[in-house]
Amino acid sequence: MTTNTNRPISPHLQIYKLPLTGIISITHRITGVLLSIGLIFFVYIISSVADGTDSYAAMQDLMSVWLIRLIYWGFIYALFFHLCHGVRHLIWDTGQSFENETLEHYAKIELIASVALTLFTFIFV
Amino acid sequence: MDYQSPLAKVRGLGSAKSGTSHWWMQRVSAVVLIPLSFRLITFLDQSLNAPYQQTVDWLASPFNAVCIMAWILAVFYHAALGVQVVIEDYVAAEGPKIISVWAANIVFLLLALAALIALLRIILAG
Repeated sequence: MTTNTNRPISPHLQIYKLPLTGIISITHRITGVLLSIGLIFFVYIISSVADGTDSYAAMQDLMSVWLIRLIYWGFIYALFFHLCHGVRHLIWDTGQSFENETLEHYAKIELIASVALTLFTFIFV
Repeated sequence: MDYQSPLAKVRGLGSAKSGTSHWWMQRVSAVVLIPLSFRLITFLDQSLNAPYQQTVDWLASPFNAVCIMAWILAVFYHAALGVQVVIEDYVAAEGPKIISVWAANIVFLLLALAALIALLRIILAG
């Protein structure tokens, strides 16, 4: 028996254009992994507080470097993105809002909310 | 009705019976982390910008200490559960999969202990 190589295959990720909901879904996973790695920074920061004034000052100097400060704000955005889409997952878990239009609608709300929360933190905290 | 073949049974394959609690605890820790994340951000802002004694006093206050300690417990648990799912999705071979999940769990456990010990040192020294 010969194999039909011309049969339909599932859309390949590099060819298939992901819808907004699909992009947000994979971003949720990526931000989750990045935030997990970022926990190393938290351990470093809290340990530097425990080690006393010298290590605290060294930590503050390091965290003031503009590139590191930019990465820090990237992490804050990642946290809010993961939090907003996480809330979306909790709503889904109750069995609600799986309709196409609400999916698209909530996706936009999540994006706006995560940017707004990051800006709010930047300006007011 | 048992759908497992006798061979599958003796090989110990099939459900590990812990999937539901894994899924459930991922949600419970997520809900806990929503309010605590805002305390974490205040802590990060303090420690990046405030004078040393101010950050120590902030952490030593009982309310903040409880919040940050709860955040540490919840976040490392949540991260371990989440990273496990990612590993299980992308690592196909059984051996490397199990070793990666163990390794990730051990790393998160050690990081959580390091964070808790640092927090206790700050609180006890005041």
